[in-house]
Amino acid sequence: MHDQKENGTCQEVQANITQFMQEIFHTYKKQKDNLIPILEEVQEKFGYIPKEAQKEISEFLEIPMAEIYGVITFYSRFTLEPKGKYAISVCLGTACFVKGSRKIMDRLTQRLNIEPGQTTEDGLFSIDETRCVGACGLAPVFTVNGEVHGKATVKMLDTVLDEILEKEKTVEK
Amino acid sequence: MKSLEEIHKIRKEKRKELDLRTNTKADTREKHILVCHGTGCTSSKSPQILENFKRILKEKNIENVRVIKTGCFGLCAKGPIVIIRPEDTFYANCRPEDCEEIIQTHIIEGNVVERLLAKDIDGSKVQKLDNLSFYKKQKRIALKNCGMINPEEIDEYIAFDGYKALEEVLTKWTPEDVIKTISDSGLRGRGGAGFPTGKKWELTRAAEGTQKYVVCNADEGDPGAFMDRSILEGDPHAVLEAMAIAGYTIGANKGFIYVRAEYPIAVQRLKIAIHQAQEYGILGTNIFNTGFDFDIEIRLGAGAFVCGEETALLESIEGKRGQPRLKPPYPAQAGLWGKPTLINNVETYANIAQIILKGSDWYSSIGTENSKGTKVFALGGNVNNIGLVEVPMGTTLREIVYDIGGGIPNGRDFKAAQTGGPSGGCIPKEHLDTPIDYESLKNIGSMMGSGGLIIMDDTKCMVSLAKFYLEFTVSESCGKCTPCRIGTKRMLEILEKLCEGNGTKEDIDKLEKLAINIQKSSICGLGQSAPNPVISTLKYFRDEFEEHAVDKVCRALECKAMAKIMIDPEKCKGCGLCQKNCPVNAIEGEGREKRAINQDKCIKCGTCLTSCPFKAIGN
Repeated sequence: MHDQKENGTCQEVQANITQFMQEIFHTYKKQKDNLIPILEEVQEKFGYIPKEAQKEISEFLEIPMAEIYGVITFYSRFTLEPKGKYAISVCLGTACFVKGSRKIMDRLTQRLNIEPGQTTEDGLFSIDETRCVGACGLAPVFTVNGEVHGKATVKMLDTVLDEILEKEKTVEK
Repeated sequence: MKSLEEIHKIRKEKRKELDLRTNTKADTREKHILVCHGTGCTSSKSPQILENFKRILKEKNIENVRVIKTGCFGLCAKGPIVIIRPEDTFYANCRPEDCEEIIQTHIIEGNVVERLLAKDIDGSKVQKLDNLSFYKKQKRIALKNCGMINPEEIDEYIAFDGYKALEEVLTKWTPEDVIKTISDSGLRGRGGAGFPTGKKWELTRAAEGTQKYVVCNADEGDPGAFMDRSILEGDPHAVLEAMAIAGYTIGANKGFIYVRAEYPIAVQRLKIAIHQAQEYGILGTNIFNTGFDFDIEIRLGAGAFVCGEETALLESIEGKRGQPRLKPPYPAQAGLWGKPTLINNVETYANIAQIILKGSDWYSSIGTENSKGTKVFALGGNVNNIGLVEVPMGTTLREIVYDIGGGIPNGRDFKAAQTGGPSGGCIPKEHLDTPIDYESLKNIGSMMGSGGLIIMDDTKCMVSLAKFYLEFTVSESCGKCTPCRIGTKRMLEILEKLCEGNGTKEDIDKLEKLAINIQKSSICGLGQSAPNPVISTLKYFRDEFEEHAVDKVCRALECKAMAKIMIDPEKCKGCGLCQKNCPVNAIEGEGREKRAINQDKCIKCGTCLTSCPFKAIGN
């Protein structure tokens, strides 16, 4: 149990988490096998699993924090860090790989200067590797916040990134 | 709650109403516009197409036309797909803005929208779905209802004999009858290993214990495989019905479906299906007034490939890290919470109801001597007709790739097919005529696997393919046993060395030795099969490994460290296509001049390679 950032744990956020946890606990029995379904809900709601939520779950299900941490880190859908505003996933399933998705990923990591699983410092982008989003007919694909971009090329990725950056620039102004 | 009589009535009436779905000569003025809502078509805007159709029909006050969402039709490469019944017209690559024209030309004027018809392999435009060569050699059993019914309406499932097998079994059959029929049918597990299904049911029935469980393994982890997902999205009730039959047979009244959370549409349709079945009293207590209780819960997988291994899956349902257990005891003896548990894969379940209704003789008449029935494959990679195909066992790879798949795009040559994903192996050109069944595939060093079938053309490097699969297993190894945790990592390091041009011939021998040791000493199926992609590529493409190690050459130009991409001035016609596609403007030359690559700028992405129509670009 280390290295977990207390991400933005101002009181307001913490109250938010506590309230959400109490809400969902009503729908679950105190059974150990409910750990993963509860974690799914937290991940879905916050985009990661805050340490405060882990504490609440630990008390509710009477499971040690260490064990919960073990489960979170075992499954790739659960993360301890918040995702970027634009979460980009590149499919590295075999169908996409054969059609060149590695090149898309290489370009993405090169441009954003982060590795898969990381978020850029400004919190704008995060990159993930996914295994098959199910759009094999459109291979290779990458998704931005769940929206699928099919038959992708390096050029297309560049265009998408440039558009986002342009949009963010105008927002700043 | 519906009585049996009420269900019979729904079946009869709804079947009449849906006659036009299967009967092209149906005597009706009604039309059904079916819009594919599988994951593939959904991600290319099929929900918008559905909405547009509905809106336009309403605006134009057309009443005898219904728009229906369905599961996957299979031909994902041509999606989004729209089919109009009863005439069975197949429209490919539809866009939301095409709806207006389809309604005007097809529905109102009664003509076909020529430009949206699918092109067949020979380039001809085909009007009817059944006439497309993609469908001609297929036989749909597990996919029977996919693309035919609305998966979110239980009545449509009931109309096509849904829940009839469950009724038969609960009211007339003993559990022994079920086991005998399933055993005689010759059905084997479709998850990959091919264990006889009847035997599994018999063992779980025989196991002692009052509490037993039925589990459906829908944790389809093979990257590039989507058979199970399509079944769940297109025909979820078929799985529920089979699980209930299994529950009655083995003596269980609780079932779990473990499905990947990455499949939101499948999860949603399953939830709807379970809810509808419960409302009708088909799941719950005292089903069909026979005293049999059975209910099903969904559990979501959280993104771990190893959870497709049955004991790891059980650990995950129990809320733990998904690490495999030592076997024996097998799940049939001690599974979920230590109770006897029956685990089958989605596709296996999808065959059950039809075997019960049509008999074991019917089923065993399809397929080869030891592999009966059909198999669904997710055909992907470098092949024209990417999609979902279901063929009788014994169909050759050549038939799948060329007759159904429409061959290799861009005039390239077939190099290899990969079956069984990260646990399987590759099949080279010389084995294209191997009939596909459990034994034949094993004999040539591959495996049936769950049904991922990836086709590769001659621009693919087999060493880097092996590396790709090892990267996968390394990141997915659960870490419980040493051979898999450390061994696969060492194998990957050797493969990386080879791909970077730093390998030696000794490395290849070391790789082979490690592979065999890991195969022999890992705990679970994942570890034992992890070296398969390496062993089989070494078997058929050893010369490529040696080229990497000795000559420092990657003939496919995929291994960047060794690649220097050049344009052959003899072959270059100066068309400029490569230049147009190059993302970093590394290609120089103007007009009809022969092009050249500026090596300082080139990032070796290979885009030019695939875009050159004259094959002028190479090493």
